[in-house]
Amino acid sequence: MAEGHSAVVTPMSEGASGENYLTTGKGPLSWLFTLDHKRISVMYMVAIVSSFLFGGMFALLVRTEMLTPGATIMTADTFNKMFTLHGVVMVFLFIIPGIPAALGNFVLPLMLGAKDVALPRLNLLGFWCWLTGATVCMVSIVVGAVDTGWTFYTPYSTTTGTAVAGMTLGALILGFSSILTGLNFIVTIHTMRPEGMSWFKMPIFLWSLYSTAIVQVLATPILGVTVLLLIAERTLGVGIFDPALGGDPVLYQHFFWFYAHPAVFIMILPAMGIISELVSVFSGKHIFGYRFIAWSSVAVAVFSFLGWGHHMFTSGQSPLVNVIFSALVFGVGIPSALMVFNWLATMYKGAISLAAPMLYVLAFLFLFSIGGLSGLFLGALSTNIHLHDTYFAVAHFHYLMFGGTVIAFLGGLHYWWPKMFGRMYSEFWARISAALIFVGFNLTFFTLFVMGSHGMPRRYYNYLEVFKPYQQASTVGSYLLGMGFMIMAYYLAQSLLKGEKAPENPWGGATLEWATASPPISRNFEHEMVGLDPYDINALELSSDSGGYVRKDPSSILLNQAGGE
Amino acid sequence: MILTGLFDLTTRLVRMPEDGGATVWMPPQSSTIAGEVDWLFNFILGISVVFFVLIVVVMMVFVVKYRRREGRETASPSASNSVFLEMAWMAISIVVVVIIFFFGFKSYLNISTPPANAYEIQVAGQKWDWSFTYPNGYVDQDLHVPADRPVELVMTSVDVIHSFYVPAFRVKKDVVPGRYTNVWFEATKPGEYNIFCAEYCGTGHSDSSAMVIVHPSGEFGPWLEKASNFLLTMTPEEGGRKVYEIRGCQQCHSVDGSPRTGPTFFKVFGKEETLADGSIITVDEDYIRESVLEPNAKVVAGFEPVMPTYQGRMKDDQIEALIAYIKSLDGKTGEE
Amino acid sequence: MMAAMHSTDHNPDLADHFDTLDQQRQSSRLGMWLFLVAEILFFGGLFCVYVIYRVNHPDVFTFGHRFLDKNLGTLNTLVLICSSLTMVLAVRAAQLRQRMTLILMLVLSFVFAGTFLGVQYVEYSHQRQNALLVASQQAPDTDVPAEVQFEEAVSASVEGAPDGALPEAPMVEAVDPDVSMIAPAAAGPAGLATAADSMAAEAERNVVDVGPANAKTFFSIYFLMTGLHGFQVLLGMIAMLWLLKLTFQGAFGGGYSIKVGNTALYWHMAVVIWICLFLLMYLID
Repeated sequence: MAEGHSAVVTPMSEGASGENYLTTGKGPLSWLFTLDHKRISVMYMVAIVSSFLFGGMFALLVRTEMLTPGATIMTADTFNKMFTLHGVVMVFLFIIPGIPAALGNFVLPLMLGAKDVALPRLNLLGFWCWLTGATVCMVSIVVGAVDTGWTFYTPYSTTTGTAVAGMTLGALILGFSSILTGLNFIVTIHTMRPEGMSWFKMPIFLWSLYSTAIVQVLATPILGVTVLLLIAERTLGVGIFDPALGGDPVLYQHFFWFYAHPAVFIMILPAMGIISELVSVFSGKHIFGYRFIAWSSVAVAVFSFLGWGHHMFTSGQSPLVNVIFSALVFGVGIPSALMVFNWLATMYKGAISLAAPMLYVLAFLFLFSIGGLSGLFLGALSTNIHLHDTYFAVAHFHYLMFGGTVIAFLGGLHYWWPKMFGRMYSEFWARISAALIFVGFNLTFFTLFVMGSHGMPRRYYNYLEVFKPYQQASTVGSYLLGMGFMIMAYYLAQSLLKGEKAPENPWGGATLEWATASPPISRNFEHEMVGLDPYDINALELSSDSGGYVRKDPSSILLNQAGGE
Repeated sequence: MILTGLFDLTTRLVRMPEDGGATVWMPPQSSTIAGEVDWLFNFILGISVVFFVLIVVVMMVFVVKYRRREGRETASPSASNSVFLEMAWMAISIVVVVIIFFFGFKSYLNISTPPANAYEIQVAGQKWDWSFTYPNGYVDQDLHVPADRPVELVMTSVDVIHSFYVPAFRVKKDVVPGRYTNVWFEATKPGEYNIFCAEYCGTGHSDSSAMVIVHPSGEFGPWLEKASNFLLTMTPEEGGRKVYEIRGCQQCHSVDGSPRTGPTFFKVFGKEETLADGSIITVDEDYIRESVLEPNAKVVAGFEPVMPTYQGRMKDDQIEALIAYIKSLDGKTGEE
Repeated sequence: MMAAMHSTDHNPDLADHFDTLDQQRQSSRLGMWLFLVAEILFFGGLFCVYVIYRVNHPDVFTFGHRFLDKNLGTLNTLVLICSSLTMVLAVRAAQLRQRMTLILMLVLSFVFAGTFLGVQYVEYSHQRQNALLVASQQAPDTDVPAEVQFEEAVSASVEGAPDGALPEAPMVEAVDPDVSMIAPAAAGPAGLATAADSMAAEAERNVVDVGPANAKTFFSIYFLMTGLHGFQVLLGMIAMLWLLKLTFQGAFGGGYSIKVGNTALYWHMAVVIWICLFLLMYLID
């Protein structure tokens, strides 16, 4: 038990008997059949990190092949499978579940002072759906893989001989996992907020998870229908997308992007939520523009449904339709720009700590800005015609998905790591890794902008000799990226094995997850919690003995205590 | 000084060369629309550089100035919201975005409206080549166009979705089976330019070697005349060889014995082949003709049924010339 | 004074992580509604396909639906509406703790649902007999009963006159599944008519465009939608069995009646979707 605190209430830095959610219940079955959101979150974490490394392996293979035009280490057919699998694994197994499943599941109930999510069995079902879907995808990879690109455009995907039906079936099952996660988050936020936590007293991360959940529940069924139609076309020949049978191959694109465009906001919204949390805590300051950020998250979620056709400007749809979609897609840039402004304003006159999570915030601001600004080129109709389906688009979405979502994910991982596992990690190696990742990323992807505007199409095995120096620079960058991640794996593993024990609140956050032990006990909190301002950083002070932060008035966040709200 | 340096860098990145030559970002401008597209690109680039530099510089300044250190352990008190600033930032973003949209829209109107007097060429995309049909019926594997004259392409695909893309002209349009799509351009500089397929279509997606050949004014007509009559001016074998080259056969069938996507033509005439269903046929005139018109009826064992049909796309005289050419590849007549 | 920890004199119905029964009920109900919204969107995609094809090829739909048996369809609709009623009564019985009534209502609902699937099976086998399968499996040149001759039906539907004479249409050959289904764009775009095309223009073109090729699409859509709906009904039946099992095991009380309520909600959605399908497919004119 920690000592030296008020006799009224004792914030625990350990469960009464040293038990926490990781140690209660042993054996694989206690994990596989757990209802504890924290265990489910950790299982998701392992699952998606493995998927990230798997998808990353395909990326390195692709980049290695691109060292020379023509064959370098594989045939064109294999290359087509490599980039497709890279996309499918990264999108469906890693980034869509990503932050909500692996971090949100852990943090959301804690931020609400709750014991679990509202529907724990559904949560577990969602994880089993992920496992099932991933298994179906793995089997599909083994029996023949897919070579259609992750977008599965018809008629190529309905006529190719690869395992399209299996792979898309896997994606459909993974979609269920996404829907269930979103559903659970919406219900939990609606019904399980603690006393005193009105909607506008919620941490921003919860606003972003809520907005994401809306998109997950509303958009993912469309993926389900699209995949169903695709599988039906392939196996039963229904003719929806086959012109010889009265169908329209471009209809597939409408269906696909009606899901996939909102899907990219499933990817970025939680990331933006994490950045909001981190920038506040590591600037030691209240977040700037709370309400605007909260409403911007919802606005982005709503706008995300409106602009799918901007992926299809050259598809042959009418010019009028193109003009409408171009106007709509610019709309989504406004709330995003607002968020960047608010994050910078949060740093103004702050007390900025450059711990690892904050390095990722800075990297995010740099990379997300590039990614977002590159969207302007692609949203404008005339430039889009030239840049569509070139490396420019590839660079754009990698700057946003990798430079945005993955970087924010890494920031969140390094921020909540002590809470999840009760250990600190080596700040020195974390900085080396972050630097390698930042430099490697830019080297890999910035050259793609230039190649793209010069006309280099995407998904190309062969290329003109003139692009070789750019391609080779990009490949070198990708190896640097790989190294950065390997170093990360090393110091995080080391942290688990013999990292310094983490205090309850190492960073000085005012959200509720920092008001309980690291790692938390199974039921999360010893007492009923109350919702106060989640960004009242001044309510905390550095404690001399625990090495972390404590509340100046510890009883204020407990329910029914004198001095509490 | 920093500011002038930044300004200098920005202008250097965003400079548009008067001669329309290649820049850091763009290939040379070779069509009438390229100038407008590049202008907008550079405009957006300029705005992006300005905002990006602003964001990064502000960020770095804050990190340095407000770094947590001895004597600055907590933040200075300051407002945590400002409706005025939020509105101002939103207004600026909206104005910028509307301007960009407007210019893109304006140029797009030009791009999507072919002039009435455009010279029309039919295009067929297939796995993995293009074929261009000129108004007089002549078909070629490269796109020849006159300079300084609007050209409209009416395009369709025979199999999956492809996309016709000429970076030098800044034009791109998908090519869809079961319908026609259009694209137009007016080439300004004689020369040869790459055509890329920009919609993934399988193994040979990056292999098409088709080019746009822009003829100087006055030279296009004579070229078309000469090219159209190649069968009249060449022997059947030579004519067949040209058919082999311009109709896409060479993408998949070699003439030197090496197997590619399709069987080699070398010494194939008169050969006995085993089909996928086990039956045996002799490669004679009828079989070659049938393979051109109904390619997947009798597929040789060991090969995939991926050949597109030329039913309605290749006239009898070309098929006959092709047969003559294939006959000549018997290793004896010195034709390789 | 320690804040009250979770008292052990909990209502046994109340799950550990909730504070009140009301919170639990609200969560459960909200969760169910969200799931139903997702279901609606899922079916919505298929309805979207329906709308697009109907707008582009109205003749295909007026022609195709003639081969659906309106009587069986009406029967099925009535059966489902009855099952909805029995589910409502089941919910009431659960709330009033009337165990026998509840069991009776659940069994009746199950029987009605089973009847629905049975009738659907009969319809499907009729269509199979008449070779009205999904697009690629339709073989118009096999033995087809006279009343299902596509040519006649095409003439009838395209010009609206039952005996309208149209040139004999060259039949699309039965599609060989080993051959690429993508026809060469030989004589122009095959199959895809823009909304602007007039009916007359369609009739004048190669009738391969208007006739059998597009007609198959109606059945593709029909089988997809009713098939998916049938799957939904099956899941509903399984849920009813599960509720029966719980009832026999003696479950009652707040948590249980929420489950009955949620199942009923799901079931009502399935019925509503069927009614829409019935209106859109069977009762077109």
